[in-house]
Amino acid sequence: MAEEDETQEPELSDKQKKEIAKWFLLNSPAGEIQYVAKDIRSVLNDDNVYNAAASEAFPLYNKSHLMCLKMPGKSEDVLVTSFGEIDENEYLDPRTAQVVTVDHVKQVCTDVRPASDEELPSPYIEDYRKEIGGRLLGSWLFFHASFLMSGVLCTLRVWEEAMCLSGGWRGSGILEAPGHMRKEGDFQVRSRFPEKRMPPERCALDAEIMKYVNEAYPKGICSVCCVRGKDVEEPGPDFELVVVISAARHSPQNFCNGSWRSVWNIEFKDEVQIVDVRGIVQVGAHYFEEGNVQLDAKHEFKDSTLFQSPDDSAISLTNIIRHHETEYLAALQDLRRKLPVTRTLFPWHNTLQFSLTRDITKELGIGK
Amino acid sequence: MEAAMGLMRRMPPKHVETALSALLSLMPDHSSDLLSQVDQPLQVLCDVDCGKEFILCEYNRDADSYRSPWSNKYHPPLEDGPYPLPELRKLEIEANEVFAIYRDQYYEGGISSVYMWEDENEGQGRRGYLQEGAWDAIHVIEVAPEEEGMAHYCLTSTVMLSLTTNNELSGTFNLSGSIRRQMNMDLSVADGHLCNMGKMIEEMEGKLRNSLDQVYFGKTKEMVCTLRPPSELLQMKLPDS
Repeated sequence: MAEEDETQEPELSDKQKKEIAKWFLLNSPAGEIQYVAKDIRSVLNDDNVYNAAASEAFPLYNKSHLMCLKMPGKSEDVLVTSFGEIDENEYLDPRTAQVVTVDHVKQVCTDVRPASDEELPSPYIEDYRKEIGGRLLGSWLFFHASFLMSGVLCTLRVWEEAMCLSGGWRGSGILEAPGHMRKEGDFQVRSRFPEKRMPPERCALDAEIMKYVNEAYPKGICSVCCVRGKDVEEPGPDFELVVVISAARHSPQNFCNGSWRSVWNIEFKDEVQIVDVRGIVQVGAHYFEEGNVQLDAKHEFKDSTLFQSPDDSAISLTNIIRHHETEYLAALQDLRRKLPVTRTLFPWHNTLQFSLTRDITKELGIGK
Repeated sequence: MEAAMGLMRRMPPKHVETALSALLSLMPDHSSDLLSQVDQPLQVLCDVDCGKEFILCEYNRDADSYRSPWSNKYHPPLEDGPYPLPELRKLEIEANEVFAIYRDQYYEGGISSVYMWEDENEGQGRRGYLQEGAWDAIHVIEVAPEEEGMAHYCLTSTVMLSLTTNNELSGTFNLSGSIRRQMNMDLSVADGHLCNMGKMIEEMEGKLRNSLDQVYFGKTKEMVCTLRPPSELLQMKLPDS
C-alpha cells in the first residue's frame, strides 16, 4: 500500500484528506482554530471533506482546550470539558446546575436548561451550598438544592435574586418533587441538617477554588466536576472530583495568543481517609509577528492530603493547587536563564570581533 | 497558496515537517512553491570526498541529489546536474571558506554552506548555518546587476530555534519557532560582493539575535505572566488575601 502510494500518483482518498484536515485543526494554537479552519477549508477546496473533519475535530479541540463559552441570555460562563460532558453537544455547569447545548464548530452555546437530578451529583457530594456558598462567597446567582420534605425528595432551583440568610436561602425559582408537585415562585429554604452530617465536598471546593482563581488569574474560569461516585449518598464509598482551571488570552492586535490549562483530579479515599491529588498543567503561547514562535509546556504533579471535613479539605486542597501552580510558574520563568543559547554569549556588539572577520577577508585576498 | 502559508504560520514550529508534508500531499500542484517558501529545519549530508558535512536545501538540490559546496559533486552522484558558472563557483569556494571562519567565531562549531546560482541576469547567494540543532539560520541574498559601481542587495533571513527540556522541576517544555526579516541595501561593489554580503549578514544576525531574545523569551514570558501574574504582583494588589 505504502509502496503503491509512492510509485503511483499520490491522489489522496477523502478519508486521508479528512484526517489531514483534522490534524491541522487539532494542532491550532489557543484561540486560533477558526483561522486555521478558514485556511484548511480553502486548501481542501471540498466542503464535504471539510465539514466532516470540522465536525470531528472541533469537539475534541474545544474539550481539550477547556473552551470557555458564554451561557445564552446569562452573564455566566461555562467550561466545555470532558468532565462535564453529558453528550457530545451538552455540557453541565455544576455551579449553576445548568446544562448548555454547544455548537462546537461555531464555538457558541445555543441553549441552556436546568440540569435534571440524574445529571447532578447526589446531595452528599454536591449540596447545601446555601450554607457553604453563603458563608464563603456572600451571594450566588444560581443554586440548586435537593432535600427531603415530608419524606419526598424535592429539588429547588433558584436562579434569580438568591439571597443568603442565616442558615438558609431565599429567592425565586422552581420547587419540584418529581411525580408530586412543581411550583414556581418565591422560596425560602432553611437548612435543618447539622453541618457535620453534610459533606458538601464539591461545593466547598468550588467556592475555595473560585476564590483562588479570582485572585491568581485575571481572566481565569474554573469548575469543579464530580467524575466518579456521583451517586454516593453517604460516607463510605470513594468518590472523585476534578478541578478545571482555564485562562486564555487572545490579543491578535499584538500578534499574541496564550492559554493556561490545569486539570486536577482529586480522589477521596474513605477507607484510608486520604485524598490523592493528581494535576496536569499545560501552558501555551503563540507569538506570530514576522514569525511563528510557540511555547508548549506541560507538567504533572502528585500530592495527597488527609480526608477532613469539607471546609478543611477544600482549603487544604486549594492550598496544594496554589502551591504547585505558583512553583511551576517560578520554574517556567527560571528557564530564561538556563537556556542553552544564552550559555554562549556571542560577542555581537564587539567591534574587535567584527574587524577580525574583515581582516581575515582581506588576508585571504577576497573582497577585492 | 496564501491559505497554505497561513496554516504554516499557525502550526506548531516543532511540527513544521509534518505540516509541510501534509500540505504537499493535499496540494501536489504547488509543491515547488511550498518547498521554496517554507523553511524547514536544516539537514546535513557528509561529502564523501573531503569528509566535511554540508547543508541540504532547495538551492543545491536536483532530483534527489544535493551538490556539496566543498567538492562540487552531487550526493548521491547525478548525471548532468546543474553547476554554477566557473566564475561563480570560484566566488562560492571563497565564500564557503570565509563563512566557515565567520561561523566558527560566532558559533564555536556548527556547519555552514554557501550556494550560489544565477537567476536570469541576477546572481544570488544563499548561506546556511547550523549549530547543534538548536539554532538554524538561513540567509538568501539577491544581488541585482551592478549600476555605476553600486549593487542592490536584498537579504531575507530566517532563524529557527528549538528548545526542549524535560526535568523534574519544569516538566516538559518546548519553545520553538522561526522569525524572518528582510533587509535591503545599496552598496559599492568596490569592496567585493562577499564583503558586502558578509557585513549585511552579520548585522542581520545581530538583530535577529536580539529579537529572538525579546520574542522567544520576552513575549512568551509576558504572555504567561498575563495569564497568571506572579504572586508578588498579586500581593501588592490584594493586601488582605
